Amino acid sequence: MLAEFLQFLFSGITVGATYALAALGFTLIYNASNVINFAQGEFIMLGGMLAVYFSQAGLPLPVALVLAILVPAIVGVVLEKLAIEPVKGAEPVTLIIITIGASLVIRGLIQVWLGKNTFSLPAFSGDVPLQILGATLMPQSLWVLGITAIVVVALWYFFNRTLHGKAMLATSFNRVAAELVGINTKWVLFLSFAMSAALGALGGILVTPLTLTSYDVGIMLGLKGFVAAVVGGLGNGLGAVLGGLLVGILEAMGAGYISSAYKDAMPFVLILLILFFMPRGLFGGKSTDRV
Amino acid sequence: MSKNPYLGLYIIMAVLLVLPFVLPNSFYVDLAIRMAINAVIVLGLNLLIGFAGQISLGHAGFLGFGAYATAVLPTHFGWHPLLAMAAGAVAAGALAAIVARPIFKLKGHYLAMATLGLGIIINIVVRTEAQWTGGPDGMPVPAMSLAGFEISGDKHWYWLVALVLSVSVWASLNMINSPFGRALRALHGSEVASKVVGVDVVRYKVAIFVLSAMFASFMGSITAHYVGFVTPNLADFFHSIELVTMVVIGGMASVYGSVVGAVLLTALPQALTSFEGWETVAFGAILMLSMIFMPKGLVPTLSARFGRGD
Repeated sequence: MLAEFLQFLFSGITVGATYALAALGFTLIYNASNVINFAQGEFIMLGGMLAVYFSQAGLPLPVALVLAILVPAIVGVVLEKLAIEPVKGAEPVTLIIITIGASLVIRGLIQVWLGKNTFSLPAFSGDVPLQILGATLMPQSLWVLGITAIVVVALWYFFNRTLHGKAMLATSFNRVAAELVGINTKWVLFLSFAMSAALGALGGILVTPLTLTSYDVGIMLGLKGFVAAVVGGLGNGLGAVLGGLLVGILEAMGAGYISSAYKDAMPFVLILLILFFMPRGLFGGKSTDRV
Repeated sequence: MSKNPYLGLYIIMAVLLVLPFVLPNSFYVDLAIRMAINAVIVLGLNLLIGFAGQISLGHAGFLGFGAYATAVLPTHFGWHPLLAMAAGAVAAGALAAIVARPIFKLKGHYLAMATLGLGIIINIVVRTEAQWTGGPDGMPVPAMSLAGFEISGDKHWYWLVALVLSVSVWASLNMINSPFGRALRALHGSEVASKVVGVDVVRYKVAIFVLSAMFASFMGSITAHYVGFVTPNLADFFHSIELVTMVVIGGMASVYGSVVGAVLLTALPQALTSFEGWETVAFGAILMLSMIFMPKGLVPTLSARFGRGD
């Protein structure tokens, strides 16, 4: 009983950490620009696929991993410069379509370049599972959780203790006021796309040794990250992290106790329930309408 | 508004009348039928996006609802196809109403998230319940017959679909100039202002969403009968995105834009087959470029340029 429960919990928080990173990515971009970036999932895919590509090309693992974060970050910045900045102030529908278009372009290019096969990445520190109260825990799960925790703490520090972070927060509260006090909001937008892409890629890299990757994994991962962001109250950083973990755990428990065929449906049932009963998300603040 | 708002309808009808005599072979007839089917779905979706200002990212789910009602109910329960079609549309409408009521009390793009979730759940159910739906492989659809007369072959379907399209365009044009349509347009302009003049905002938005879901379910049934086979791809997320794209590229809140968007995007995959392997990239690039350079969509942009308005 306990062993089984622990087993589901372990796999839930591991995947949940990836969702949390994706959800943080959604949150960063949403706060900086009010854009819901449907290409976020492709950054997750890019991270995993590029890590595989660079490590198979013979680069040492740490170098491959850094490149696999750097390249998606550049892709994110290019996306912002070429497609988001020129249409500033467009209707939300337009922005959503643009990011969906971008996701198709990224996915399509990877499909042409690396093919439709499924790839795997060796675990960072071996495949010998740890035994905890009868449940097994892969060492890679510890990497996923540890790095996610470090990233969350680093982001907290960045937003609360550094000038750049505070500038980004100020922009998300009120763009015009932020511009008036001399914040370069263009730079904020730039930075938020780079950071959000890097976070997504990081999640994709970390989870690849456990779940494998291919050119089309970004769709589901991205949508679930989006669900996590909404569950946490869109725009709320801490909420995004907790939302990600919650979605991951719920999915694993649902797959284990209810039906594995409906594993992928669980997050979407959750989002409908949340929207019906607590529309600001579990951790979202109150909002007022401006007339 | 141009001098005669029905001018476009006459042109569409004329084209529909001439087409079967000039199309060289059944490949093009099939393409024309699929364009017309998409055009009707997009008309319904455009009422929602263009006038109620809300996006549905799960419209293919409603389409799948109708398609599978048409496939499953006659096959497993012996229902008459017309009854199955009606049942699908009513059920899709009811589902839309249940989902929309709480959502529309909120501001913002929550409907996008709710419909996204709903569409994916419908698709997963259809893929999983293989004993009823054939799972990922899909299932055949029994033929449609009316009073002993079986509708089959491209010719029958062409005229049926052409009729449905003409009636839908006509009905949409009329609706936009009815009190209901004016209320919707007021809604799109300013929700607060329309509330002040007594428009029940939530009720109108729910009504338009239910209507567009029923449109989609009905056309899902038609598609299923026409193709003779249903697969879960009909109801997947990507198809929902395609439908939204047709609305946006043709032009939001434009009846003729819906038709133009549907025609162009249905033809696009055919045009892209020569770029083997690059279809996804090309499709994505076209989406991005048209939104960046023509965010209002094709028909409103062109009619503004030629000084007619829409």
